[in-house]
Amino acid sequence: MAADHDLRALIARRKAADVIFGALGALSIAIGLLTLGALLFDLIRTGWPRLSWEFFTSFPSRRAGQAGILSAWVGSTLIMIVTMCTALPLGVAAGIYLEEYAPKNWFTAIIEVNIANLAGVPSIIWGLMALGLFVHSTLDLGTSIRTAGLTLGLLVLPIVIISTREAIRSIPQSIREASYACGATQWQTTWHHVIPYAMGGILTGSIIGLSRAIGETAPLITIGALSYIAYLPEGMSETPPFLTWRFWKFQWLGSGYTALPIQMFNWISRPDRRFHENAAAAGVILILMTLSMNAIAIFLRYRLRKRVQW
Amino acid sequence: MMKVSNWPKPARNRAENGAVPAALTSAGEDEMATEPPVKAEAKHLSFSYGSFRALKDINIRILQNRVTALIGPSGCGKSTFLRCFNRMHDLYPNSSYEGQITLYPQNINIIGPKVDPIEVRMRVGMVFQKPNPFPKSIYENVAYGLRLRGVRNRKLLDQKVEEALKSAAIWDEAKDRLHQSASKLSGGQQQRLCIARALATDPEILAFDEPTSALDPMATSRIEELVSALRERVTIIIVTHNMQQAARVSDFTAFMYLGELIEFGVTDKMFTNPSNKLTEEYITGRFG
Repeated sequence: MAADHDLRALIARRKAADVIFGALGALSIAIGLLTLGALLFDLIRTGWPRLSWEFFTSFPSRRAGQAGILSAWVGSTLIMIVTMCTALPLGVAAGIYLEEYAPKNWFTAIIEVNIANLAGVPSIIWGLMALGLFVHSTLDLGTSIRTAGLTLGLLVLPIVIISTREAIRSIPQSIREASYACGATQWQTTWHHVIPYAMGGILTGSIIGLSRAIGETAPLITIGALSYIAYLPEGMSETPPFLTWRFWKFQWLGSGYTALPIQMFNWISRPDRRFHENAAAAGVILILMTLSMNAIAIFLRYRLRKRVQW
Repeated sequence: MMKVSNWPKPARNRAENGAVPAALTSAGEDEMATEPPVKAEAKHLSFSYGSFRALKDINIRILQNRVTALIGPSGCGKSTFLRCFNRMHDLYPNSSYEGQITLYPQNINIIGPKVDPIEVRMRVGMVFQKPNPFPKSIYENVAYGLRLRGVRNRKLLDQKVEEALKSAAIWDEAKDRLHQSASKLSGGQQQRLCIARALATDPEILAFDEPTSALDPMATSRIEELVSALRERVTIIIVTHNMQQAARVSDFTAFMYLGELIEFGVTDKMFTNPSNKLTEEYITGRFG
């Protein structure tokens, strides 16, 4: 029948759009993945000869073959600890306050817009601000691990706040009403229900924020990271487990430091090609650190999802 | 002797007729002997969201150990009225109450500004339209209200949880998986779990907000049986959009329209011989 034929032609035409979009989507993904894959492959191929235990446990050196990233990865790790310990509690608390407690008015609306804006501020601006706030001020924290940690903490703070709010918003209002109907106070509702159910999302978003911070170079240069450093902060040791009991005295907070991206930047700006190999190897380690942080995020989300079943 | 003052007074009818409608006064004749005390009474209750007046001068008496159904077309204010009983409106800005709802025998005005909404919610339980168990274990769902009240004794918790689950007719289905997630239960089971959660703390009034609107007919009839059985234990107010349900489970029915209480009386009378034209039209399905 003619009508049937027309109908099928119509369906075929509309299905063609499906196929075209599917193909375009696959192409877009391929472009992204291939570029990333090529970069990674190049990095690993260049850096591979240098990747060894000695590279991991040696200080930087004038001789490329003996130079290592010990001070850099220790510095990056310590900075991340400070960043995590400041940005997580502050950001999560601020997110909870904004979402659960703060009245909804023009003032909180302005704060909301500004937090979203802060998340997009270039990192070099954070570095300049931190230089004024932490270094050249009465705080006088110096060019130390705590300054770097606090600076990166400020950088990821908006990301932590935003992901906390998103995670909290995904909890249905009916759960809050159920809690209140049982006679809970606002804090009990928040502590017993909102925070545990939102924890997976909060941690995922925050860790992804932190893994952005670990690769930041610009703000650390601004606040005076050292590029050559042949000692470890107090409490750290050159052999596994890289930690001594004096770590808990927290003297290392005031220590000078370098970080992986700084070390890479320093090596890549040298003319000697062998230093470029070092930079590539350090890049591989940096990527591994980032990936392992993301893996932790995925693991935590999986664990918390298992505990909280909707 | 007629003790008219002890009977639910539908404000609108009194205003219009200037007398207590015959349907009401004669209705309760045989029930007068066993007439239970008044559990709660709304007097000149009005409620507004911002400038919108959602409830207008409601006067009603809720009798103890009876099921009172609130019916009416969508937007008539029946859920709004129900949510006044446990101060759910206080969770949202721009809500304001006028008049009073007195809870007996304590004689406290539960919507009074000096009364803590948390205290009210600890006395008046609520079951919501959509089953909303916490994403925790069945046991923890039921124990939650008790934990909030400071019960730590494991034995007492176990016993109370079991009692509540039995009262809510879900013990048999839940007893072997008390520590599994409540989300694994079916919709009807989840709703009974929510009823158990509300019962665990022995509320004085239990408010049901269209508890079966998200459930299939089988689950619905189980909840209805449960509501009927629970009147022995607790005073029940139930909002429903289903008139057969109101007829099946309730002792008294209140018909609301556009924020006003149009008619209130014994359920059998309301459904067979309503005294108000609007009620009759709604019940016979001519609008709503």
